[in-house]
Amino acid sequence: MSTERMPLNTTMLNELESGPWPSFVTDLKEYSKKRPVVAQLLNQLEESYQNKWNYWQGKILNAPGYGGGIIARVSDKASKYPGLANFHTVRVIEPPGWVYSTDALRDLADIAEKNGAGILQFHGMSGDVLLLGFDDAGSLQCAEDLMSNGWDIGGSGAAMRTLQCCVGQARCEMACYDTMKMTKHITDTFIHYLHRPEFVYKFKFKLSGCPNDCANAIVRSDMPIIGTWRGDMQVNQAKVAEFIEQKGMEYLIDNVLTRCPTRCLSVRGKELVVDNSDCVRCMHCINVMHKALKPGKDRGATILVGGKRTLKIGDTMGSVLVPFVKLETDEDRSNFTDFVEKVWEFWNDNGMDHERIGEFIYRIGMLTFLKGVEIEPDPRMISRPRTTSYIKFEELGPSRFEGERVQNPPVWNRESESRESL
Amino acid sequence: MSQPTLAPRDQGAPDYTKYLHPLMAKNYGKWDYHERLRPGVLVHVAENGDKLYTVRAGSPRTMSADTVRKVCAIADKYCEGHLRFTTRSNIEFLVGKKENLDPLIQAVEKDLGWPLGGTGPSVSNISHTQGWLHCNLPGSDAAGSVKALMDDLIHDFKHEELPNRVHISSSCCQINCASHGDISIIVQHHHPPRINHKNMQICELPKVVAICPAAAIRPAVVDGVETVEVVEEKCMYCGACHGQCPSMEIRDAQTDTLSIWVGGKMSNARSAPTFMKLAVWGIANNPPRWPEVSAAVKTILKAYKEGGKPWERLGEWIERIGWQRFFEKTGFPFTRYHIDDSPEALSTLNRSAMLRL
Repeated sequence: MSTERMPLNTTMLNELESGPWPSFVTDLKEYSKKRPVVAQLLNQLEESYQNKWNYWQGKILNAPGYGGGIIARVSDKASKYPGLANFHTVRVIEPPGWVYSTDALRDLADIAEKNGAGILQFHGMSGDVLLLGFDDAGSLQCAEDLMSNGWDIGGSGAAMRTLQCCVGQARCEMACYDTMKMTKHITDTFIHYLHRPEFVYKFKFKLSGCPNDCANAIVRSDMPIIGTWRGDMQVNQAKVAEFIEQKGMEYLIDNVLTRCPTRCLSVRGKELVVDNSDCVRCMHCINVMHKALKPGKDRGATILVGGKRTLKIGDTMGSVLVPFVKLETDEDRSNFTDFVEKVWEFWNDNGMDHERIGEFIYRIGMLTFLKGVEIEPDPRMISRPRTTSYIKFEELGPSRFEGERVQNPPVWNRESESRESL
Repeated sequence: MSQPTLAPRDQGAPDYTKYLHPLMAKNYGKWDYHERLRPGVLVHVAENGDKLYTVRAGSPRTMSADTVRKVCAIADKYCEGHLRFTTRSNIEFLVGKKENLDPLIQAVEKDLGWPLGGTGPSVSNISHTQGWLHCNLPGSDAAGSVKALMDDLIHDFKHEELPNRVHISSSCCQINCASHGDISIIVQHHHPPRINHKNMQICELPKVVAICPAAAIRPAVVDGVETVEVVEEKCMYCGACHGQCPSMEIRDAQTDTLSIWVGGKMSNARSAPTFMKLAVWGIANNPPRWPEVSAAVKTILKAYKEGGKPWERLGEWIERIGWQRFFEKTGFPFTRYHIDDSPEALSTLNRSAMLRL
């Protein structure tokens, strides 16, 4: 990379230096005095602004033994900006919950600066730390330095992707399981699948400690893990009375009781009455009265499946796969990862290229999927039963005529077909 | 044996226990409640009475190594060397000693120049994508458009005056990496991919054919070259093929526009999570400050601030007053394109005789 800083030519970008929000342009302009290649980056970005056009292309580069984590970018304008000829991103697995010591952050800054352009992003949309601006050799040395210092590089391609979770029990009274520990457990257990893309397509986990879903799991991950509880929520009636004294009865009625989606709250004097059998764990009353109300004591998580954004079949929301699972002990956690392997096996055996698990379920139907992953149907999986009357009741079909072949059996019956023909 | 070099270590996620603020480690799983002391400042109280203060500020997400070091120096001085980031790229300085709170706030606002806010019923930092800075597919920028928009929304970042929190996301192509939000800004393409037949050999053609959600791409031979063709009638301009193959150019600097979507919600509080819906389309992709986007977002926020009841998220407010009234209050035209024609379309129609007349 050149050591001379080319003159900055950033007429339009300069307009992003005013105003109260922190400006990455100001930061990078200043930093370009130290790292001249950053001036080339800003000048190319200025051309994008001028022409409303993008000048990056992708290529493939991997650290030896890894199949992802380096997002290689080459510039169309490399003759003008030679420092951008190879200007890659290295994804780094973030500490679960995005908690850092300053030593850790400085370490990342040093590694980014030593091997590349010294630009960091906290964080990418999958959760990773992104380090920007490495040439081929710099990318590999960056990966090596990261690994030597205890970091690891993140996922890309048709792999398990880097996980992300909320702050959980580290700083939240509402967390119903240890999201950080669970994130580390899943990452470490399946680190092979994160580093070596071998699925039909990408697979994301996001973990939230409660149904407020601060990790945005339900629409942004293939397997959202959302904390919840069984049995009664905890009510501190003295604090309820305090709340009513401070905020008034009208506030309680307008903002708590009538906002309960299943109307399971009522008030008697200054006492809150909860019909726990109707509570759907939406969190609203706990959010409003968080000193008086808490999730119940028998805590765990709901496992959902299939969330992703719109390509290719339209938005899919994660839907319930396992209504409740305990995630307290090491055994609980390893039972979960065993279960995930079964889900992956069925999806990867039967999914099409580039088919996320939500799209796969859309194509084959949830009842087939449940059969494939050996989960019993549960009314909590649906918002209503089917309305379409065309159903293949396996139990009610006539027995086949002698010699009659099942021509195209459903996937879960493929083995029994050969038994039939015996 | 010497240290292995350039070989997979498969070390996994960092050991977060090393990075927890001492009060987080001590009170892990034993927090009792929290309060918002002022916009941008929280206190979490543990069962034993320990108090951990959090100062939340808007970060630019993209920072130089020197800026990261500046952040570290502040956290060393006031935060026992510990901080964290949030899902929406806010930074959270963690403070164990109350006397450090004011000097920390001073340092963050004055020295670093980062605004405090994003807590409670406010506009939080914008989830965004990579844009022209470093992506291979974008039709617009991300870091710059977010900076410009947050400048214009700064009041609602620093004050808690909205009915409930507002999450905004901004995506620079239709893959939409920044995903859902109460308000979401997404690039919209307006023509089928323009195929560079001479450069198709760099792509795996069966994959290009298979990736099309509309089954609009089929193999073809053009001028003796094995390539693909697009059935324009079927193509929905999504750009899935462009992600698969750079020779299927979907962008157009002259005609790409932005559209704004509203009512996405991840939380389960009160009502089930929802997808976002089209509010307004055809907005100019206008760098460097995208004033037309700011104007539209401000229109939405103003109507929501006036009409929303406490705790109602943007989408919940619209569901209550009805979409007809949403278009009245914002002044956005309701057009034929607001009527869905995707496979889920029938469930989006008003299948009742319940109307506001």
